[in-house]
Amino acid sequence: MEENIIQVENLSKSFDISSKEPGLKGTLKHFFKRQTKSIEVIKNINFEIQKGEIVGFLGANGAGKTTILKILCGLIYPSQGKLSVAGNLPYKRRSNFLKNITLIMGQKQQLIWDLPPIESFYLNAAIYDIEKFEAKKRIKKLSDMLEIEKELYIPVRKLSLGQRMKSELLAALIHKPNILFLDEPTLGLDINAQRNLRKFLQIYNKETDATICLTSHYMKDITSLCKRVICIHEGCLTYDGKLEKLLKKISPVKDILFICKTDKDAEELSNSGFIIKNQNQKEITITIKKDSIKSTLKKILNKFEIEDLYINEPPVDEIIGNILVKEKV
Amino acid sequence: MKIRKYIKIYSLFFSTSIASELEYKTNVIIDFITAILSLVGSVFLLSIFFQNTDNIGGWNFEQALIIQGIYTILNGITNTWFNPNLTEIVKHIREGTLDFVLLKPLDSQFFISLNKIAPSGFLEIILGVALLFYCIDINQININLSFLFLCITTLFCSIVILYSLWFLISTTTIWFVKTWNATEVLRSFLYIGRFPLNSFSFSLRIFFSIFVPIAFITTIPSAVYLGIAKPWEILFEVIVSGIFFIVSRRFWLFALKYYTSASS
Repeated sequence: MEENIIQVENLSKSFDISSKEPGLKGTLKHFFKRQTKSIEVIKNINFEIQKGEIVGFLGANGAGKTTILKILCGLIYPSQGKLSVAGNLPYKRRSNFLKNITLIMGQKQQLIWDLPPIESFYLNAAIYDIEKFEAKKRIKKLSDMLEIEKELYIPVRKLSLGQRMKSELLAALIHKPNILFLDEPTLGLDINAQRNLRKFLQIYNKETDATICLTSHYMKDITSLCKRVICIHEGCLTYDGKLEKLLKKISPVKDILFICKTDKDAEELSNSGFIIKNQNQKEITITIKKDSIKSTLKKILNKFEIEDLYINEPPVDEIIGNILVKEKV
Repeated sequence: MKIRKYIKIYSLFFSTSIASELEYKTNVIIDFITAILSLVGSVFLLSIFFQNTDNIGGWNFEQALIIQGIYTILNGITNTWFNPNLTEIVKHIREGTLDFVLLKPLDSQFFISLNKIAPSGFLEIILGVALLFYCIDINQININLSFLFLCITTLFCSIVILYSLWFLISTTTIWFVKTWNATEVLRSFLYIGRFPLNSFSFSLRIFFSIFVPIAFITTIPSAVYLGIAKPWEILFEVIVSGIFFIVSRRFWLFALKYYTSASS
């Protein structure tokens, strides 16, 4: 049986949030008599994550993904529920727990701005009780993997966003954590930098069997890294399972583009009762249910003269975008 | 083992901070010049106060210079350690970078209070010490072991009180998010510490002794320096500094339970 490294039972979290009416009157009212109300941002959530899994947390902005990650790594106290991460209560922030985890936030940085990243790496190594010789070895290995050997000695403020993110990653992984919490790690990176980072995370996961919890608004991060996803909508868990199953469930159809040989064929095909998504002269896109693709294709190819055809999956971004605003998946 | 680890980490904080500051040479030079001019200005101001009188609150000019010397040392310590670190707490909390501090297997108060150093404050400390040596000469003070011990102890307690007050105010940022004004008020109270406590009215003396113990910070070490401090005053300062430090520590640990981190 696989080992559960993260266990969450009936987890809830409420925040006191104040609201302000617009205008000067609203500002004065807000200053003298601030009205706050308690908002439940995480509502009774349950899930388990096994060692070595890469799990993507999906949800719209403000759904509660980052709050869950911050509760899991011990930054925020939960309001209710049971919680265990690597056998620890995260919010106690015990030293052996902290040595086991890391948090990487795409929009925040821990490197010393005016100095080369290598200085921050040695400082982190000392904080995590890593000997200088061992630290040197780990920096060499990780910088090779991340391809930032040359950037180690350049002040952080002079590095590009991609190089800085890679350096942040190195600083966060120098203590070989077993659990990685990644909050939008590819935010603002160009396509190549995103791809390199994903490749690195895949290799790191394979080599160390580390568990990775990831939030990202770039669907490519989710589709290329996570087999399993957890969908959050307004603080509630709406789906927990395989990404592939989710995509099938949400989008049980495929779009097929037929290029007909003659105008007559095109006209007949468009009038034969199929769901037409698009038509442009001899090019017709038909939406077909995934479970009847074989029989429908056979029928069309036998009946009409088809010059060429293309099978298209609906874009994952579009499907997931729809999931994010749904209360139930 | 733990102490060795903390010493090692502090030495790294020290070297990285100095390296960071020295990246901006002109800024360091301007800070040094400001430190010198600030001391000259303060001594000049003090001499104006004493132009028409021999003593203020029972202290003559030569004795008041001791308070100025201690104030300069404390201001140097403030500029070297407290200012770069404790004002950053507000920034850490507002921007959510306190997350990185809290996730390190290291005491968060240690990290947040000592991870930066502004070298320009060192010059103020040196100038303050030099002024004190000058005061030893003009006030004809005899140096012996117990004198040195009491001077260092009371000065250390003053630093602890000042740090704890500042840290307490900064900690409230966890609830109030922005408390720059409160730390500025504290700094302006510290300016008051340049003058003998006896030069204030009774009600102000009570206020600066009990509510905001600025009086302890400069007056008692100065009195020790002149050999006029009463034993109960020294003991009281030690107790007050201990209480303030413990309260600031407990308050920080309590406040962290309410830390909600900044949104992403």
